[in-house]
This record gives sequence, C-alpha cells and structure tokens, in this order.
Amino acid sequence: MADLLGKNFVPPDVIGKVTGRAKYAEDFRADGMLFCRLLLSPMPHGRVRSIDSSEALRIPGVVAVLTADEVPSIPAPGNPILTNEPCYVGEPILAVAAISETIAQDAIARIKVDLEPLPFTVDPLESLRPGGPNARIGGNTVIRREGLQEVKWTAEDFAAAEDGALPMGKPTTEWSYGDLESGFADATLVLDETFVTAGHSHHSMEPRSAMAYWQNGKCYLHGSCQSQSSAVPGVARYVGIEPENLVFVAENCGGGFGSKGGGYPIMSIPAHMAKKTGRPVMMRISRAEEYFLGSARPGFQGRIKIGFRADGRITAVDLYIVQENGPYSGFSDFTSAAGAVSIVYTPLAMRFRGIRVLTNTPPRGAQRGPGQNQIAAAVEPLIDKAARQLDLDRVAIRRINAPDNDSRYGGNQGPITSAYLRDALDLGAKRFDWESRKAQSGRRRGSKVMGVGVGQAFHSAGSSGFDGLVRLAPDGKLYIHTGVGNLGTYSYGSTSRVAAEVLKCRWENCVIVRGDSSRHLPWNLGQFGSNTSFTMTRTNYAAAMDAVRKLKEIAARDLGGSPDDYDIANERVFARSNPSRYLTYAAAARRAIQLGGRFSGRELPDDINGMTRASATALAGTGLIGVAKDNLERTGTVPALAAGFVQIELDLETGKFEILDYLGVADCGTVLHPQSLANQVKGGAVMGFGMATLERHIYDPHYGLPEVIGLHQAKPPSYMDTPLNMQWDAVNKADPQNPVGAKGIGEPLLGCAAAALLCAISDALGGHYFNRTPVVTDMIINAASAKTQSHKPLQVNTA
Amino acid sequence: MTHMVPDLVDLTAPTWSPPHDLAEVGGVGTLPGRAGMSRRDFIKGVIASGAVVSGTAFLGGCVRPTAAAQGTVERLVSLNVNGQVRRVDVLPQETLAMTLRYKLGLTGTKLGCDRAECGACTVLIDDVNYYSCSTLTHRVRGRQITTVEGLESPSGELHPVQQAFIDELGPQCGFCTPGQVMSAVALLKANPNPTREEARQAMSGNLCRCGAYDHYLNSIMRAAARGA
Repeated sequence: MADLLGKNFVPPDVIGKVTGRAKYAEDFRADGMLFCRLLLSPMPHGRVRSIDSSEALRIPGVVAVLTADEVPSIPAPGNPILTNEPCYVGEPILAVAAISETIAQDAIARIKVDLEPLPFTVDPLESLRPGGPNARIGGNTVIRREGLQEVKWTAEDFAAAEDGALPMGKPTTEWSYGDLESGFADATLVLDETFVTAGHSHHSMEPRSAMAYWQNGKCYLHGSCQSQSSAVPGVARYVGIEPENLVFVAENCGGGFGSKGGGYPIMSIPAHMAKKTGRPVMMRISRAEEYFLGSARPGFQGRIKIGFRADGRITAVDLYIVQENGPYSGFSDFTSAAGAVSIVYTPLAMRFRGIRVLTNTPPRGAQRGPGQNQIAAAVEPLIDKAARQLDLDRVAIRRINAPDNDSRYGGNQGPITSAYLRDALDLGAKRFDWESRKAQSGRRRGSKVMGVGVGQAFHSAGSSGFDGLVRLAPDGKLYIHTGVGNLGTYSYGSTSRVAAEVLKCRWENCVIVRGDSSRHLPWNLGQFGSNTSFTMTRTNYAAAMDAVRKLKEIAARDLGGSPDDYDIANERVFARSNPSRYLTYAAAARRAIQLGGRFSGRELPDDINGMTRASATALAGTGLIGVAKDNLERTGTVPALAAGFVQIELDLETGKFEILDYLGVADCGTVLHPQSLANQVKGGAVMGFGMATLERHIYDPHYGLPEVIGLHQAKPPSYMDTPLNMQWDAVNKADPQNPVGAKGIGEPLLGCAAAALLCAISDALGGHYFNRTPVVTDMIINAASAKTQSHKPLQVNTA
Repeated sequence: MTHMVPDLVDLTAPTWSPPHDLAEVGGVGTLPGRAGMSRRDFIKGVIASGAVVSGTAFLGGCVRPTAAAQGTVERLVSLNVNGQVRRVDVLPQETLAMTLRYKLGLTGTKLGCDRAECGACTVLIDDVNYYSCSTLTHRVRGRQITTVEGLESPSGELHPVQQAFIDELGPQCGFCTPGQVMSAVALLKANPNPTREEARQAMSGNLCRCGAYDHYLNSIMRAAARGA
C-alpha cells in the first residue's frame, strides 16, 4: 500500500474554487426567496420589556417578524437562537423578513424594542470580585454538569495577590498528579508568572449566511458549516425537527476555524422564518455581525509556576487559568490548555486549577487549537526565560522535556498513541540551521536587531468509533461516501483515498460522495479538532476492508474455493493460484445486487449508527456495499505535535519587525497528502503570526461596546504580514494505532508559529518577556525604550 | 460596578466611523500607482445618484438607516460582463457585486465584507482589479467587466492562472479564491514577470484567513513563468 497515500492529487473541489462554481451558502437561490435581517442588541446586557412591530409590519414588502418566543428556547447556558435577554452587543433579538434586504433593514428601524439595561462586565476578574456584576441573570460561571452558577471570590483572595499577579480564589475545575511540593523543592529555578492572552475573532472569510426552505415536510438548509453528518442532529434540534427531516447542504465552507464546527443556533433562523412565511428565506450575515455573533477565542488571565532542574527538566507546574467565556457555554479551552502543558513539557508533577467567567462579550467557541495555542503563546516565552537563566540552549530545554511514546496526558495521566516532538525539534533545528541562526541573535543593523525563536504546540488529533460507507457499483466505479465535511483542508479527499488504496482502485475511477445529507452519507465525526486524518482514515479503511471481504466471498461462491484463496488487484478479485480466474469489480457489484443480503446492503451490521443505517439502506441493491463501524483499537490520546522556527529583524525605533524565515515541522504520523499538509503548516503559521502580534479584540469597559467590527480594525494577517519564504517539513513516523499511520495536525501548526514568533521578539529584545499576547507594535516600542506599558498587567480586551 | 447604556445607540457613531479614505489604510486600490476607486469616491457616487448606500445597512448591523430615497437615474442599463452585453434593472445605490450575484447569477464573485476590506469580490473593470462591493453598478456602464466566470476559454480550458492555482494547491477553504484569481490575473496583465515581492504587494488587497498566501504566491509565480 503506498500507491496513493503520501502522494499529491487534485482534490475534486479545488476546481470549483478557482472557477467560482463552488457554491457556498449565500450562492443558492430559490423562487420567491425573502431576505431576512436581524435586530441586534445595542447594549451589552438587557432584558426585553416589550416589542412593538406594528409599524414595521405596515411597510409594503415586509412579510414577517420572528421573535425569541417563536423559536425553540435553548436552556442556559446554551447559546440561544433569538433572545429576550441579550448578553452582548450585537446579539440577535428578532428577525424580519421582507421581499428585499433594504426593506427588511428599514423595517428593523421601525421596530420599538423596550430594553431594560442590566449590569454587565467585560472583565472576568471584575465579575469575580465581591459584589461584582454577573454577565447573566442567574450567574457568572458555567460548571460542567451543574450549569450556570454564581462564584465570587473574597476580598482576601484579591488582597493576597501581589500587585499585578493573578489572584487565585476558588476554582471550579481542578486536577493534579505527582508530588507538586517536592517537585518545586527539587527545582534549581522556579518561575512564577502572571500572563494574559487576548481573545480574538475567527474572521472566517465567509460570513455565516444561511438559506432555507421547506418542501414536502422537509427543511432544506444551506449553511456554512465545517462539518456535514455530525452537524445534522444539532441543526435539526435548532430547527425543531427530527434529523431525518433535515436536508443539510454544506458542500463548501468558507472558513470556520472552529466557529462553524457544528450546527449553530442562528443557522436555524432562516428555517424558522421560511416555515412562518411559507417562502424560502436568505439570511445574509454582514462582516460586522460576524464580529458580534461569529464566535471568538476565549481569553485567559493566567498564572503559572514552573520548577526547572539545572538541566532544564521541568519538575513541577502549577497552573491557574481564568477563562473569559463570553455569556454562554463557551468552550473548554482552559482545561485543554492544561492538558497541553502536561504533554508538551511532561512535568513530573502538575496541578491545574481554573474557572471560566461569563462576560458580556461575543459567545466564545473553539478556535484552532482552543486552549492549547493560547497556552503555547503564554508559556513558550517563559521556557526561553528559564533557558536564559539556566544558560541552556532553547532547543535543548525543549528536547529534554519533550514527550515520547510512553508519555502520559492530562490530569488522569492517560496513555498516548505516539509522540515525536523531539524528532520534530531535531529535524527543524537541522533544516533551519539553528546553531548558526542563533549566532545571529542580537546582531544589529542600524536600528534593527535580529531575533530567532523556536516554539511548540499540541492538540489531540484523532477519534474512533465512527462509520465508513463505500459502494462498488455496476459501472465499475468506487463511490466513497464521506460525511466529515469540508473545511478547506482537503482531508475529506486524502482520507477517502484510503478506501481506494485498500481496494486497489485507480483514483480516476473513484467518486467521493459528500456535501449534502440527502446523498446517503455515513455517520462521521465533524471536521474539527484536527481529527479528520486519524478518524476518517480508520472509517474508510474499515468500510473498504468490509468490501474486500465481500469481494472475496462473492468470488469464492462463483469461482469456487474459499474466500482466502482470492486476492484483489487492478479492480479485479482473482484466484491467487490462477489469476485468469477473476471477477471485475463491476461484475462483482452486479453479483452483489443479485445475491442481496449483506452483499448489497440489504442486511447491515448491528453496531453502525442510525444515520449510516439509513444511508446504507437507501443505497441497498445498487452495488456491493462496504459498510462498517471503526472498531479498530485505540487506547489513548492521539497527539498532534508541531515545532516552529522563526527568524525576524525587529526595528527598535518603530516597533515593526519583518519575519525573514519560517519553518514549521509537523508530527502528524504518516503524511497522506504533502501539498495540503504544506498548506496547513504555512497557513496555520500565518494565523499564528496574527494571534501573536496583530489581532485585536477590544471592548470598552465603560459601555461594553466593541471597538473592533471590521477586518481593518481586527487586523488578521495579510500578504504583507507573511514572510516571503515559508518552509515546512514533517517527521513522517507512523502512528501505531492508525491503519495507515496517520494523525491529524491542523491546530498545533498555529500555536507553534505564534510561540516561535513571540520567542523571536523576546530574543531580539534581549530577553524581554511580555507575558501577554498579542505583542503589538507599541508594546515593542515601550519595551525597547524601557517605558511602562499602557496596559495594566491583568487588563483584558484592550488594544 | 454597574454600567448603564441609556438608550438604543447608533453603533456607527463615532467610535467606528470608517477612515475617510480606506485607500489610506491599504483597503482599496490593490495595484500600487493605479487609479483605485476609494471609499470616498464610492460614497460621493452614491450621493450623486441621489440614493442611500445599500451597504450602510450592513455597516453596523444595528444601524437605524434613513428611509431610502428614490433616485432619478435610469434603471435599465446595459453592462458588458464577460464579453456579453447584459440588460439589467439596477437600483441607483446598487453595488456591482450585488448586480453580479443577485441579478446576473454570477455567484463566483464573493462577498466577504461588503466594505472594501477583504477583496473576495474582486473583479476586473477594463483589466484593472476592483472591489465590486464598493463599485456602483451605474458607474461601470460601457466598461468591460470580467468576473471569475469569464476567465475560461470558450472551449472550457482554464485560464493559466486558474490552472496554476490548482497545480500549486493555492486555495484552502476557497472563499477568497475567486478574488485572489482576479487580482492575480490583473497583476499579470500589468506586469507579466513580477518578482515575488511585487506579487505580494499587488495581492495585498486580498485577504485570506486560511493564510494560504505562500501557496497563492507560488501559484502566481508559476503562472508568470508559463507566460500567463
């Protein structure tokens, strides 16, 4: 097996992307389509006293108003569809449908919403103070299994923290392993540092527009979603129907980065409006709205105490994170951050404590490396600080702490499948010529100074237990049904090639079926969490192996002998002893149809998901059906690991820097598709540069208003922020718990680059550590001229 | 501490008022030294046509717009799009992006921001790349408009830039790709052999959140090498 895997190919969807034929949610039209616009909250927290839509409804062309009372209510702390208690500026209160968007917007201006202002906060620590404001009626934190709760720290908690250090009151989450006290006692150097990582928006280029209509009792919804099958139950729940009554089209997704991982509440608004009006409804979401309701990465106010031996080995870590959660469920960034520390540095002992605090800022959700990448940006520069104090090489201090295959993960110290971070560091140091670059560190050229940095990051990158579904048809083609989704990584394609590889099919003879829930797709995990390469290679392997078994059984029936006497090649199943005795796949498919039963999908395995069962049943009798649940062994967390290397030249007078070179190295198991991996390594790095130094997420603490609602204000990286030369490489060592050796990788590719750049900036500044991301230009100027920074150490949502 | 907001606020005022001319911050006019249409020109054009910018409804989302005034300009116009003359009913305040997408069915032109920030809506007007979200349709009468749908040869052969984007696997999610392709085509028309640095400068008005810039530049350099 290696005819297809590890080689480049043209993913089928790329052609539509360069020709404009690829359709995204806003590209669909339906006869009689209305447009819908949203009335958004002007205040950070309030309660609707009354709504008067009468004047709006009298405007010619206005068709309907939809309020929170007419859509399924989502129990707290969930993110609602529409709300009568808006918890952030820009939260949708109601929707208006009209024959044109302009009329709908005019109508919104005529609707009188009487809002009672409520207390609000944009700073978690403010909410934790005794008597501090709660972001929601009923609480200021979300505790797993307990839901919305109120937690206040005591005045003593705040007084106990020295100036600028994070107070550490009662946490809501806590775990530990090892002997923390003796770990710190054994340490030669102990750092105790407070840090802040800013939240920031996802800035997906495609706003989350959606279009929906109803036909024969089914809801057809065109949404912008990273995922396909896994999103269906959630979207159906938001629409208020059974999953089988939803036709969900998500063939292309114009960027999600976690914010469109599954179905999300507002996607259902056009469906509700279409039901109410009896007409198709298009809901276009604007760029500004995307900044309100398009999700954002949670920010951290954190504190970490790290003990180092003289050789750099980390003996103990004590980590505390206050997570700015937005007003709703948020995401588990803070716990994932702790998990990342446990595996990237393998401390001998570790304690994690944390709390998420609700704020009246946009709802937070997963963003590429949720938690793992914030902590990489916060902690990696501190590793450099320790290296400087212990007089150690910065690659060496990472090597000595790097995980191997026997390392353990998280608070419960569970096993992992494979870890080759040390190999990635070694490969990167060699390819980047770390030793000679390091010698250039601090070199001056006029007002400019050279800096080099190395960074690392982790994300768990694989799951198991989902289903595969393939079909050999009488036309001789292999149809590979995939329900994973299409975020733009092409991994739907590279993982589908595993089925072709197992069945030894020519790739030109394969058809990937995807993008629309009515196309009979299997139950798959969503395209998020760097999981696709690991998870979907397994499902496609399982389904293809099922098809291989069935091919051999059919051959044995027709040509004699036992199935084990047969093999496959060249799209034929043939007798090993006499290759001239064979059936073509087309002939075998016809025989499968005649034989029926499990050969043609009329009988199905008991352990597959109901969605897969329905899809396979719909396909039954059309060919040889390979269908199976992934029951392959998986006994641990699947680590995706990455190392990044950066060289910059920083101007001490302007605070600007140029990235001269970047190299990213991936530990993603066996490489499936070099070209798309290269794009991930480099694209992830670009996002990392933005997170580290550019992207703004600013909320006015006095009024709770967002200051950043445009791309030019938020500053995601452009061509000009990207180095002219970017390099990539991969360790390319197989993961033992994947049939083709693959692991995911998308997320740590951001974190390692963000960390490496921050380390390079600190290096250029002779070891100045900011303990904050992003490190923006004025911070660099202040540091270079030894001036006090304009922000307070724990200040959040600031410029 | 409790903060109160007294009443419905107009979120466009004054905190977020856009720069007077986005060209100053690199938002418009993607080819250095070329006459790009600025946001100021765009707004002037709207005022001249006696209408309210449809886009203002999109600026803040929470805006209370004034009622649309009816313009007096002729509505049924002829546009030359991808070599064909198309008769189309155009509102005074209508942007070219909306005309292309909602009147002419050319949805390859994407709307990423609708305010001249991202470049997903880039089209060629007389071979120069423009943000169609910030170009009034009435201002391009008599001009040659080319969208991504107009790049393929009549026999269906891809434009060399499109082919290079495939060969180098330029796109990721693909949403910005049509705009990137159009800016690349405009660049190579003006400068058939750009340096990588020149290409980066020329492309800098097109954002890509996937960060596929390096692969896009590889695509452009490959297309240039092939004499696109």
